[in-house]
Amino acid sequence: MLAGFLSLLRMVAGSLRDLAPILLVIGFFQIVVLQQPFPHLERIALGVLLVMIGLTLFIQGLEMGLFPIGEAMAQAFARKGSLFWLLAFAFCLGFGTTAAEPALIAVADEAAEAMAEAGVVAQDEAARQAYALGLRATVALSVGASLVLGVFRILKGWPVHVLIIGGYVIVVLLTFFAPPEIVGVAYDSGGVTTSTVTVPLVTALGVGLASSIRGRNPLTDGFGLIAFASMFPMIFVMLYGMVA
Amino acid sequence: MELMLHISDVGVATMLDVLPIAVVIVFFQAVVIRRKPPKLQRIVTGFLYVLLGLTLFLVGLEEALFPLGKIMAQQLTDPAFLGAVPAVPRWTDYLWVYAFAAAIGFATTIAEPSLIAVAVKANQVSGGTVSVWGLRVTVAIGVAAGVALGSFRIVTGTPLHWYIIAGYAALILQTWRAVRVAAPIVPLAYDSGGVTTSTVTVPLVAALGLGLASTIPGRSPVIDGFGLIAFASLFPMISVLGYADLSAWRARRRRARDAKQQGSMT
Repeated sequence: MLAGFLSLLRMVAGSLRDLAPILLVIGFFQIVVLQQPFPHLERIALGVLLVMIGLTLFIQGLEMGLFPIGEAMAQAFARKGSLFWLLAFAFCLGFGTTAAEPALIAVADEAAEAMAEAGVVAQDEAARQAYALGLRATVALSVGASLVLGVFRILKGWPVHVLIIGGYVIVVLLTFFAPPEIVGVAYDSGGVTTSTVTVPLVTALGVGLASSIRGRNPLTDGFGLIAFASMFPMIFVMLYGMVA
Repeated sequence: MELMLHISDVGVATMLDVLPIAVVIVFFQAVVIRRKPPKLQRIVTGFLYVLLGLTLFLVGLEEALFPLGKIMAQQLTDPAFLGAVPAVPRWTDYLWVYAFAAAIGFATTIAEPSLIAVAVKANQVSGGTVSVWGLRVTVAIGVAAGVALGSFRIVTGTPLHWYIIAGYAALILQTWRAVRVAAPIVPLAYDSGGVTTSTVTVPLVAALGLGLASTIPGRSPVIDGFGLIAFASLFPMISVLGYADLSAWRARRRRARDAKQQGSMT
């Protein structure tokens, strides 16, 4: 009982250490640079406490839930040996998690506004909404496709850097042909697709696959799925900007 | 009372966020794999911890840190703080902004849960060669450099794509070197680009970009406000590859020195 309590205390202390840089930065800029008092100090203390407890629980749940299920499913698919179902799972995971991602919804709305301001999209509510929805569907499809390619790469043992660099060359080429208003959105869309729950799950899936296939190394072959998931949306969004 | 309402609101939003993932997992478990995963009860408990943890984490951030960070981003870019800014702004008027951008980029990345997850997993599968803190600090340095440079870009109004293309060129050169001296790290380095920008970093960095673009004369928030996230995902790849290259170089030098010492002893 005491040992359990002590280990919990140690984990909360670890979360405080994770949080310390933010507190220092905000404290320094507020007091030294902006020279202003802290409003609602008790509210801030309460918030920091919540963040610490939340982070501790999240890391605990990561080890208990997200990592094991990702690896268990990777092993089950490897045992089953059905390429179709494995790739279908990868696609659904990418598509499903991205389509409902709140950060993406926000970015898509802003993008539609930017395009409307630039005169590419008509200045009415319906046109903008249609554009934003199309953009979201495009990004979700692209994340699904990226995980399919990423999983296929692990099975084949292709080197990740050749595919990634090839992808970046395509990004650079498309930059010169896509409408300039969409370029910033496209670059940013790569970053917003990978949410806090998706990342551990996808990482565990990749590492699990690489360790259950003979001749694959979990470090060299297991990582790289997230990289594809952040690159594909850039390509697809610029293509969307050129077509739509 | 207000706090409880906020917690339940965010809890529902987090649940909706996790729902598609849960549906996909349950469907494939039940229909395709058709076998109970080992330690099912523990996994379900783990998911509940993740849900509750993320909810409290987000509520805490929104209660305490986000409002303050966003106000700061506004104040630092405010003409009242900067003093008299000429109609055509000089980039040197904004030195505190770059310092804040770098510091907040570093600090939020250290607290980013998805980066913690990737670092823990990388530490496990590398047998301890990749240290959890080493990776997190290296990635955070990359984000700090990226966000500071991104702010400089917004201030000067130079085109985004030239920075990004130059970054990609650096990345390609580094990859070309790294596949020979530190090949196992390359996929991990690429992954660290995508994981840096989620729950904690995006809201604060986006607020900074928006604040800058709306206060600097001649910049439009909808056009120039974008792009900071792109910097924050590009630079960690460069810093992780750079760090891998540096460690490989130091290991080579140590080996060379050891060999020389052995040579002089015999």
